[in-house]
Amino acid sequence: MVNGSQPVVQARGIVKIFGQHRALDGVDFEVRPGEVHALLGENGAGKSTLIKILTGAYQPDGGEILLEGGPVRFSDPLDAQRHGIGTVYQEVNLLPNRSVAENLFLGHQPTRFGMVQRRVIEVKARELLATYGLEIDVKAELGSYSVAVQQIVAIARAVELSGKVLVLDEPTASLDRNEVAKMFEVVGRLKARGLGIIFITHFLDQVFEIADRVTILRNGKLIGTRTLSEVTTTDVVRMMLGKDLAFDHGGVGVAEAVQGPVRVQFKSLGRQGKVAPFTLSLHEGEVVGVAGLLGSGRTEMARLMFGVDTADGGEISVGGRVVSIRNPAQAVAAGFGFCPEDRKLDGIFGELSVRENIIIALQAKLGWFRALNRDEQDEIAGNYAEALDIRAANHDMPVKLLSGGNQQKVILARWLAIDPNFLILDEPTRGIDVGAHAEIVRTINRLREEGLALLVISSELDEVVAYSNRIVVMRDREMVAELSGADIAPSVIVAAIADNRGSQAAKMETSA
Amino acid sequence: MKRKNWRGALLRPQFAALAAVLLINWLLFPGFFDITLQDGRLFGSLIDVLNRGAPVAILAIGMTAVIATKGVDLSVGAVMAIAGAVAAVLVTGGASAIVAVGAALLVGLLCGLWNGILVTYLEIQPIIATLVLMVAGRGLAQLVTEGSIVTFSDPVLIFIGTGSLFGMPMPIVIAAVLTLLATLIVRKTALGLLIEAVGVNRSAARFAGISSGLLLVLVYTFAGFCAATSGLIVAGDIRGADANNAGLWLELDAILAVVIGGTSLLGGRFSIPMSVVGALIIQAMNTGILISGFSPEFNLVVKSGVIILILIMQAPITSQWLRARTSERKAQ
Amino acid sequence: MNRALRPLLATTAIFVLAYLAAIIQFPAMLSTRVLGNFLTDNAFLGIAAVGMTFVIISGGIDLSVGAVIGFTTVLNAVLIMWLGLHPLFAFAISLTVAAAFGAVMGAAIHYLKVPSFIVTLAGMFLARGGASVLSPDSIGIKHEVYTTISKSYVLLPGGGRLTVIAMIMLVVFVLGMILAHRTRFGSYVYALGGSEVSAGLMGVPVARTTILIYTLSAFLAGLAGIVFSLYTSAGYSLSALGVELDAIAAVVIGGTLLTGGYGFIAGTFIGVMLQGLVQTYIVFDGSLSSWWTKIVIGGLLFLFILLQRLVFSAAAPRRKVFWKS
Repeated sequence: MVNGSQPVVQARGIVKIFGQHRALDGVDFEVRPGEVHALLGENGAGKSTLIKILTGAYQPDGGEILLEGGPVRFSDPLDAQRHGIGTVYQEVNLLPNRSVAENLFLGHQPTRFGMVQRRVIEVKARELLATYGLEIDVKAELGSYSVAVQQIVAIARAVELSGKVLVLDEPTASLDRNEVAKMFEVVGRLKARGLGIIFITHFLDQVFEIADRVTILRNGKLIGTRTLSEVTTTDVVRMMLGKDLAFDHGGVGVAEAVQGPVRVQFKSLGRQGKVAPFTLSLHEGEVVGVAGLLGSGRTEMARLMFGVDTADGGEISVGGRVVSIRNPAQAVAAGFGFCPEDRKLDGIFGELSVRENIIIALQAKLGWFRALNRDEQDEIAGNYAEALDIRAANHDMPVKLLSGGNQQKVILARWLAIDPNFLILDEPTRGIDVGAHAEIVRTINRLREEGLALLVISSELDEVVAYSNRIVVMRDREMVAELSGADIAPSVIVAAIADNRGSQAAKMETSA
Repeated sequence: MKRKNWRGALLRPQFAALAAVLLINWLLFPGFFDITLQDGRLFGSLIDVLNRGAPVAILAIGMTAVIATKGVDLSVGAVMAIAGAVAAVLVTGGASAIVAVGAALLVGLLCGLWNGILVTYLEIQPIIATLVLMVAGRGLAQLVTEGSIVTFSDPVLIFIGTGSLFGMPMPIVIAAVLTLLATLIVRKTALGLLIEAVGVNRSAARFAGISSGLLLVLVYTFAGFCAATSGLIVAGDIRGADANNAGLWLELDAILAVVIGGTSLLGGRFSIPMSVVGALIIQAMNTGILISGFSPEFNLVVKSGVIILILIMQAPITSQWLRARTSERKAQ
Repeated sequence: MNRALRPLLATTAIFVLAYLAAIIQFPAMLSTRVLGNFLTDNAFLGIAAVGMTFVIISGGIDLSVGAVIGFTTVLNAVLIMWLGLHPLFAFAISLTVAAAFGAVMGAAIHYLKVPSFIVTLAGMFLARGGASVLSPDSIGIKHEVYTTISKSYVLLPGGGRLTVIAMIMLVVFVLGMILAHRTRFGSYVYALGGSEVSAGLMGVPVARTTILIYTLSAFLAGLAGIVFSLYTSAGYSLSALGVELDAIAAVVIGGTLLTGGYGFIAGTFIGVMLQGLVQTYIVFDGSLSSWWTKIVIGGLLFLFILLQRLVFSAAAPRRKVFWKS
């Protein structure tokens, strides 16, 4: 790394506001030539917003961007590309239906008399990819190659058209170990060529392997920029999850004594390539917290439990009786509820009213012909809106007009309305303002006291510690630890998440 | 509370549009609102609008449910022809009218079922899946009629198209009953809400435990049933089955009626009665153009104008522009 | 093998086999005369189908082509017979009007963000209605240019006639192939069909390309209308009713994916010829009725939609990669 050299691109005090929400709040960021700079943070931390501003997809509401020292303003990603900043997205933004060569040169194909010179393009494409160590048939359609190859083609195109800064947005998310190694080789070469590389990922080991520096964002704020040779994995995890160990106090969360009989049990439930088989029992009046970084398999685990993805092994029993859950409808019939991570996509029915959003699961459970009449609907919606303090002008307004916190409460109300046995909450407090945040935590505690069994996935350690009777830790699509009692402390959780491969055997206490 | 809702509903732009079209018709033709009773049956231009509008209104009932699920059914016109052909051929072959009507409705249900299976289980996009039957359907109808226009004199079939009940022409009675029944069924059971939920967000519907597969098949099957009913009316009206022209382009009129009625092509909220109002607006325009002496094809120009108007009104670019205008005005 | 070629190969195989079977049954079908008639009778359909191929590859659909054909026949007839314009001048006006019509539809699709089927549906109503407003009745066209063109042909060995309108169609196909496979515009059309978002990010001028695609489709529909009026020597507002469906069927049977992104102009040619073959077979057979054409076409359409689902929904085969370190 060329230490001390002038940054090629620099963001200063970037602010971005969506409605009421400050997605970025005075964030500084820079990348130097010949440097790999990793950008870390949980979902909603502001990584993608920052990248979109750096690449011209969004305009900042405050702050400035400097390119090689001079202020710039990019009107769109193409403009940023012309200025030298190229981007490769996780879901490769190329054309799988066209040839590799065309993907490399689309829009810039050399022509003669208006005819595209296909030969010339193919030769150039072959030469270009050879510099990336790739020898493939460039006439074949891009979609016929693995994601790794597509990523490298995308990198080649981006570098060819920009040449100063390369942004890699989760490039390794769907690659296997061998492919990651190849990808890093390519990144190494580009680094040697003097490009500034911004590397976004959620794989910590990869950050330590390839990056020179790391910048960590949380809730739209800059937590810090560190040189990686000077920090440990634990430091980084701590920065990401926001727990200052100085104030650590072990096991003050929840009295674990009150535990009812087993409500639901998952026995070696798993799915190839998603989650390794796991076993977990939840008791009445118990909250089991799930900790783990993005991509650790925490959401995948919840999806298996709820039948969104079908398990390829294992069994589920409710109250001692084995049930078959192969789709969400069966899960609902068994009395399960699931508040998904992506509220907008999988949770709310934006056009439908608050009332309808609350009663919809109960109605689905009752079937086509036992319709809840208007009075019943009003009563149910009214009760839960009051219990959860859902603030809506009236219950007939479309739910999309509510704030994120109120939408989350509506989905919670939807599941409470079916009088559930077991409730899964995936990141229930993400993207929610502080007040509603505290209310949801209080609600979780109250539901536990009322005897419900809950599984709560959260990347907010303070929170998980505050309401969990037990905590399971996920890492690399596997349940790697189950903590209880005095172990329910941020420091222990961070250690379990950050634990390096090989030294973790002692912590493997995945109980049956 | 309830009454307020009613008054609000009557203030919708669709009713204003219908009133405006009727008013223009009245200005062009002062006798427009005259209704007379002859031989126990009502006559008059207004009755005519309802009567002629019935087939599209019935198609629109089924189409509304399909569009509410984010789908579309292009085959209903062809299904009308098939149903009419089946009934006509059976009845001329000596079958009883009951059998003929039953068979025609059954064929309609089967056509709808076919579409539903293609859309739901083979996961073919609705516009493409229903295109198959749109292309092949008229051929099938001609196969049934063996290419000729099969005329019949069965009183029951003719009664469906031209008879009257309590002074009202049968098509109006059938359309009214179907509208009422369909509305009651979707609103008194959970079907309406579940259809809307699937149309608004299919993924969220899955997470909420709704099994959308059966629901989708049901919706397309119902559209097939409505098309068959409409086909019977048209056949009864002309006392024969014309495989080439029965229901020609009516699928497009039905889609237009639904869109005018306020159901979005992107699925979600739907209203069957409003779609029927949409069908009546289309027919009132038809009638107006006819009585003012223009050629019936002129109607197509007017229809395209209506589509363009609706598209511009619904376009995101328009609402952005309007918002910009209002905020500008506020700023001043 | 490129998987996009599979439906095309299937179509070609079906066509060859069907033609062989037809020849075995009716040896007279193997003649340049039958072939010549094939081309002449389907010339207007072929020309319109070339435009439709571009539209469908880009991920859209154009329901207005039949109506634009009808409109152009009437406009031509009105310009020539009522206004006394020279046919070539009339052709130029008709083509300009048709192209402008397509450009407006393309702009509406892009800027109003509405599905192409609804915009082109409005276009269909407008064109049919406009044609009827011009003249509800059929207008016969009598002009020496018309007689000359319809009388001229190239005699093929075996007595077949390659008429001017058949040649126009062949030229359109060749130009279409060049445009689709050899120009930047062509690559943009495929890019839009692959992913509009990616295409935009890669610098494809999305608005301009969309407008040009529908302009091209309407222009070719206008040309098809001219050919149709040469073929029938008349202009009639209700001519070419439902041709959009035949064109869509020809495109899909020719191996173009209805959801866009994959397809061949050459495939569309085979699709058109297959439809012609079915019609000719029915004529030769004598006992079969004409409606079988629609049923067979519908069946083929279904078969190919199903085939496309099988070919394209199966995970793409992973190619072998040689990594060099």
